[in-house]
Amino acid sequence: MTVASVTGAERIARAFARAKDERRLAIIIYLTVGYPDRASSAALLRAALDGGADMLELGVPFSDPLADGATVQQASAAALANGVTVADCLVEARSVVAEREAPVLFMGYMNPFLRYGLDRFATDARDAGAVGVIVPDLPAEESAPFDAALAPAGLVRIDLYAPTTPDARLARLVPRSRGFVYCVSLTGVTGARRALASDVASFVTRVRAHTVLPVALGFGISEPAHVAALRGLVDGVVIGSAAIDAVTAAADKPAALRAFVRGLAEAGRS
Amino acid sequence: MKGRFGEFGGQYLPETLMPAVAELEDAYLAARADPAFEAELAALLRDWVGRPTPLTDATRLARAVGLRRVLLKREDLAHTGAHKINSAVGQALLARRMGKPRVVAETGAGQHGVASAAACALLGLECVVYMGTEDMRRQAPNVFRMELLGAEVHGVESGTRTLKDAVNEAIRDWVTNVRSTYYLLGSAIGPHPYPTMVRDFQSVIGREARAQSLALGRLPDVVVACVGGGSNAIGIFSAFIADAAVRLRGVEAGGRGIESGAHAASIVGGSVGVLHGTRSMVLQDPDGQIRGTHSISAGLDYPGVGPEHADLAARGRAEYVARTDAEALDGFTLLSRTEGIIPALEPAHAIADLAHIRDERGTDLDVLVCLSGRGDKDLETVMQAIG
Repeated sequence: MTVASVTGAERIARAFARAKDERRLAIIIYLTVGYPDRASSAALLRAALDGGADMLELGVPFSDPLADGATVQQASAAALANGVTVADCLVEARSVVAEREAPVLFMGYMNPFLRYGLDRFATDARDAGAVGVIVPDLPAEESAPFDAALAPAGLVRIDLYAPTTPDARLARLVPRSRGFVYCVSLTGVTGARRALASDVASFVTRVRAHTVLPVALGFGISEPAHVAALRGLVDGVVIGSAAIDAVTAAADKPAALRAFVRGLAEAGRS
Repeated sequence: MKGRFGEFGGQYLPETLMPAVAELEDAYLAARADPAFEAELAALLRDWVGRPTPLTDATRLARAVGLRRVLLKREDLAHTGAHKINSAVGQALLARRMGKPRVVAETGAGQHGVASAAACALLGLECVVYMGTEDMRRQAPNVFRMELLGAEVHGVESGTRTLKDAVNEAIRDWVTNVRSTYYLLGSAIGPHPYPTMVRDFQSVIGREARAQSLALGRLPDVVVACVGGGSNAIGIFSAFIADAAVRLRGVEAGGRGIESGAHAASIVGGSVGVLHGTRSMVLQDPDGQIRGTHSISAGLDYPGVGPEHADLAARGRAEYVARTDAEALDGFTLLSRTEGIIPALEPAHAIADLAHIRDERGTDLDVLVCLSGRGDKDLETVMQAIG
């Protein structure tokens, strides 16, 4: 495997570049590891890639997910009831990265990473072949220790920006981003919504003014029509709760997820 | 770094809320520098809350526990029956000043919910209170009080259905409605500036108690207060931190005993972690998941503690112990029978600690207890426990 010699940021850049060459939005799928059960995570992650996902976010479950809506809360609670730990998430990442080329990120709250040990996590995540982390309760003001642990391992921490983030703060923080810039589409918690927030375009434009990195939009995006509406505005979309809902509702879960992701990916083609 | 107490504190929040806490800090500092704000707060504390609260020389209690003197700071006599009102009225004034028409709050025992509902009624603010359904069951009269005061009480079914889950849900509401909504956090926990702001609003307890102690002749040897999130304790401690000879003692909820794991003693039985926007001592499992807690007292049933307490403990400026449910019930009965005062189960933990203070440090002591609230809300719980 050659991934270890390539940084997380470079692998993310390649994934976005390939999507751009193919004139489509990059599709990033979030799934809580260990939901609905430990055994099905591997098949679901592969199904998301088979359906056309360019990147995966492996959700590390936490007991108190305060930035998440009902879907991820319930998936997290179920995963914890199934005994899923940070170590399990690392194993899942290692297995999928060994087979597939797609960049894998971990998304989870600070405390489990802190408890695992930030340096130890960075080393193990690198060894597993992951590209980085997203930590929704770790704003720039608190990120220095985690960043210091991730940098030597060649991993990135993806910052989130919100519609409430003022221009002056964007100007200060966005230029420091690595990999891609994650825009939160709405003022609120994660969870499928019927419609995109009305101020998405102006928000993304405000962010773009400060970066040449790819911009991905997440939170609330739930259906192909949303993805289609975002063509030309962003470079990628993150879908989590709606993907989990697709899994929850189906009997043949991998097949349902594959079809759901395919629908999103098709909608992202120009 | 701002909002730090040693290695504790900080702002571990979703980005969506970072501008809100910055705005809050600016507004708070501006308010405290504004004589008009201070004057309005002082008038409300005097005429509506009923401050200053008395300091009661509890002679029969002192004799019963074998201490020279026990002084009770009577926050149970504050409007709505607990110290929570001190911070609720201050923050509600701040919400109005910031032009936020809507207030969300969390509550465990219901005391902070009632205080928030009362302060919002007084100032004409919309009030939504999140409360775990397990706590709603334990504290039904307080649910009715909040509704009488015009608040909307939202039951929280997630997680352990207690205070920590109510905080999660209040934060989710705040993230969603941040432009119109003020989060009226009840304890000295959460992201900066809450631990500092709540301490400042509660410091009136300590300022009054220190002056009242001096008027009786001298500073106390020990100041003792119950600690869940720790707002009454930091409020009374704050006035004595500079008095090096005064021993500060926080009493956490020992539940069924620290060894049992069924407790809520975050300093005595916890470790360093991040919860609800702050780095402090928390109760967690080896994987960093926040543990379920147990206490007979809903107001102490929280798996974290204010970051300033974590720092006072780390620096050795304050000491923290845990008293069990059974000891708290004994303290509850003891104060009722010796002084004719029915305490809330939360400060009953501090009453229960008096005999331990005597055993550890001798009888020749003046001890100041923060009697943070009255026990009416707990009668049903106590009836079931000792009935």
